[in-house]
Amino acid sequence: MLAQVVTILLDGLNYASFLFIVSVGLTIVFGVLKILNVAHGAFYAWGAYAAAFSITQAGELGYPDWIGFLLIFASSIIVGLVLGTILERLVLSRMYAQDEVLIALATFGVFLCLEDAILLVFGVDPYFAYQPMAVLGNVVIGGVFRDVYSLTLFALALVVAVSCWWVLTKTKWGKLIAVVIYDREISQAMGINVSAVYLIVFIIGAALGALGGAYVAPTTSVAPGFGIDVIVLSFAVVVIGGMGSIPGALIGSILVGVLRAVAVHQFPELELFVVFAVMAGVLIVRPEGLFAPPKARTI
Amino acid sequence: MNQILKNDATIRWAVLGFFVLAVAGYFMEAWVQNNIMFGLARGLAVLGLMVLWRTGLISFGHALYFGIGAYVVGLVDRNFGISDIFLRLFLAVGASAFVGFFLGFILRKYRGIFFAMLNLAFSMVLYGILVKVESLGSTDGFSVSQTTILGWTPENKYALFAAIVFVCAVGAILVQCYLKTALGTLTTAIRDNELRVEYLGFSVARAIHLKYIMSAGLAGASGALLAMALGQVDPDSMVNWPVSGELVFITVMAGPGSVIAPFLGGVAFEFLRTYAFELAPEAWQLIVGATLLGIIFFLPMGLWSLLERIWKRRGVSS
Amino acid sequence: MTAVPALRVTDLCKSFSGIMAANNLNVEAADGEIIGIIGANGAGKTVFVNMITGYLKPTSGKIEFQGKDITGIEPRNATHVGVCRSFQVSQVFMSMTVEENLLTALSICKQAGRAMLQSPRAPDLLIECEKLMELYNITGHRDQVASTLSQGVRKLLDIAMAVVSNPKILLLDEPTSGVSVEEKFGIMDIVIQALREQGATVLFVEHDMEIVERYVDRVLAFYQGEIICDAPPAEALINPQVIEYVIGGEHAPNMNASEDAIHA
Repeated sequence: MLAQVVTILLDGLNYASFLFIVSVGLTIVFGVLKILNVAHGAFYAWGAYAAAFSITQAGELGYPDWIGFLLIFASSIIVGLVLGTILERLVLSRMYAQDEVLIALATFGVFLCLEDAILLVFGVDPYFAYQPMAVLGNVVIGGVFRDVYSLTLFALALVVAVSCWWVLTKTKWGKLIAVVIYDREISQAMGINVSAVYLIVFIIGAALGALGGAYVAPTTSVAPGFGIDVIVLSFAVVVIGGMGSIPGALIGSILVGVLRAVAVHQFPELELFVVFAVMAGVLIVRPEGLFAPPKARTI
Repeated sequence: MNQILKNDATIRWAVLGFFVLAVAGYFMEAWVQNNIMFGLARGLAVLGLMVLWRTGLISFGHALYFGIGAYVVGLVDRNFGISDIFLRLFLAVGASAFVGFFLGFILRKYRGIFFAMLNLAFSMVLYGILVKVESLGSTDGFSVSQTTILGWTPENKYALFAAIVFVCAVGAILVQCYLKTALGTLTTAIRDNELRVEYLGFSVARAIHLKYIMSAGLAGASGALLAMALGQVDPDSMVNWPVSGELVFITVMAGPGSVIAPFLGGVAFEFLRTYAFELAPEAWQLIVGATLLGIIFFLPMGLWSLLERIWKRRGVSS
Repeated sequence: MTAVPALRVTDLCKSFSGIMAANNLNVEAADGEIIGIIGANGAGKTVFVNMITGYLKPTSGKIEFQGKDITGIEPRNATHVGVCRSFQVSQVFMSMTVEENLLTALSICKQAGRAMLQSPRAPDLLIECEKLMELYNITGHRDQVASTLSQGVRKLLDIAMAVVSNPKILLLDEPTSGVSVEEKFGIMDIVIQALREQGATVLFVEHDMEIVERYVDRVLAFYQGEIICDAPPAEALINPQVIEYVIGGEHAPNMNASEDAIHA
């Protein structure tokens, strides 16, 4: 009994941490740029592929296994920087005046492109980058056997959450972003380089998406179609918490993570159902989400 | 209503176009026939999305109704042996419109990204159920037996092709009639200014609800026809979120200009996919995605606006 | 016994998180009366209009139309009983032409029965549309898309769309705001004449005292959510309170200038 509760709890937290890292990027981008980025799922997949590829390469070249951790972060940053810049400059920066749903559709187009670009670059065969997981070994918690690697995911999520909170509330940068969110035109008139803020925020969002994929890569096989499920799941998280809210993404991830863990262990046929039922429920009862950021008056 | 039927140029062109297509289909190679059949079937769902789009609403979850239509066909076939195309269609449209009627009470209050997302959530709920329920075939789905037409079992696929052309023509004409009525002009009016519509004395929520039910029914018919054309239903190609994305994609690609556009868009999409796959089996999505971006940037009113432009230029020069 | 007034507002209050935007308003308006509503920004004029037409629900009080309680009615039902309005910012269908705007408006408000299933280009609607365009002097703009119209013409279209259902009471929210000085009187001449012909009761919010003086039978002066004066214009515009809180607030520089001129 206890073992089962511990398992569910650990699974739930593990899944929640993973969801948080992926969705926090999505929610930041929505909050600042007002864009629902479907291509976020592709950043996630690219991060996973880039990490898995470099880790297996490093393994073949005889580098020590712990180098994988560096590669995970390096690949997320590179993926975020390269793909984020390309997408923001080439596609999004030309669309900010358009309808938000149409922009979302354009990012769907980008998603399709990036999905296949992965296959062109990395091939169709799956990757197994187990090395970082092997380095850390296993541990027993409350009678439950666990790999240490998935526990570090929890720490990583914590670090991401704290640094987001710190940047947004304690730094000049955070204030700048708050101003841009509140009124884009006035910020522009005040001499803030809104275009640069958008680009940087988008790159950070993309890098966080990639980090989610890169960090998960060692725990599973990285194969085609890696980003498809993640995108709707992170949509669910972001909608539940409130689109654009970071505490919302945190609560949303924990809720979805734990619910899913309970479902997987107790009612396996409800695994996906429960996530989206909660998403629909939240949209019906509180469309702005549980933690909606304040909105400027429109009328 | 009669007035509209008699005097509308679009309806005349639609009747002519679909009739020519039905005849031409007889002489087509099998793969061409198939592509057109799939494209037209999808076009029905796109037609409904177009009506919503003209009202200013985009749904990222119409795979819900598409899937309901498809699975109703599969289930009535498997459980009751119902094989007649029209009976299957009737049940599929009924079921999806019924669900649309109920969800419409909630969705009619939503706009913009919230409308898109709530639809997505509902469609993913159905997906979540379908992939896990063994008796519904879970991830593999199940097959649909051959379609009969009013008691007659056709020997080749052409009969189904012609029937689908017929159903699509009826759908296009009905929607065109609707758009020409005062109720139908409420599409652009609502997109332009909901406040004014309310103050003119009409409930915007009610108007949107009606359009929503209509789009649900059309998506149901679309899924039903596709299930019959493919002879198979499964969650990933009928209910998962990329299906909704594809439908919205075709809507934007076709453009809001005419009730014929969705069918053109559907067929164009099918051929785009086939050729892209032939050209680059590992990168067909890339070609499709790039096309979508190209259309959003360079042809915001879709393929139909391109045709209109060519049409007008010819009219001027001759 | 006197006749039932077209509009009777009794003890109407509206508070927004403790702030009284409308405080015990009491107004009566007779059939065919034209009433000007004046007051500085934030005095509660638009809140008053919004409550009568159902856009805002009053906190307390009662609104009666021809003796019938219409407090807290939905905007569309206000239209059905015969209470219509125009807007400070013109609310028209921007992507449609002037004619399409009016035809759509006409077909929506004639929705009773099966009319919604008719084409909006039905002969009777076309005739009515023609009449309206004539009446509001916008026939020349028939095929112009609304988004390309000048503010003044768009305002006329906005008002024409507000009267398609032949309202008994019409509330105009700043009919001349955003309109050029040259256009102002032209527009008001057209509007007031058209409305007098229809015999509607008109309440309009206005900042321009010249227009108030010229067109209205009665003035309601608002200050901080209260009506501080309800009198004919000749009387109201020399009321010291009105001068201090309403006119003074708006035209202070001008008045000082003229005073200076007198002293000089």
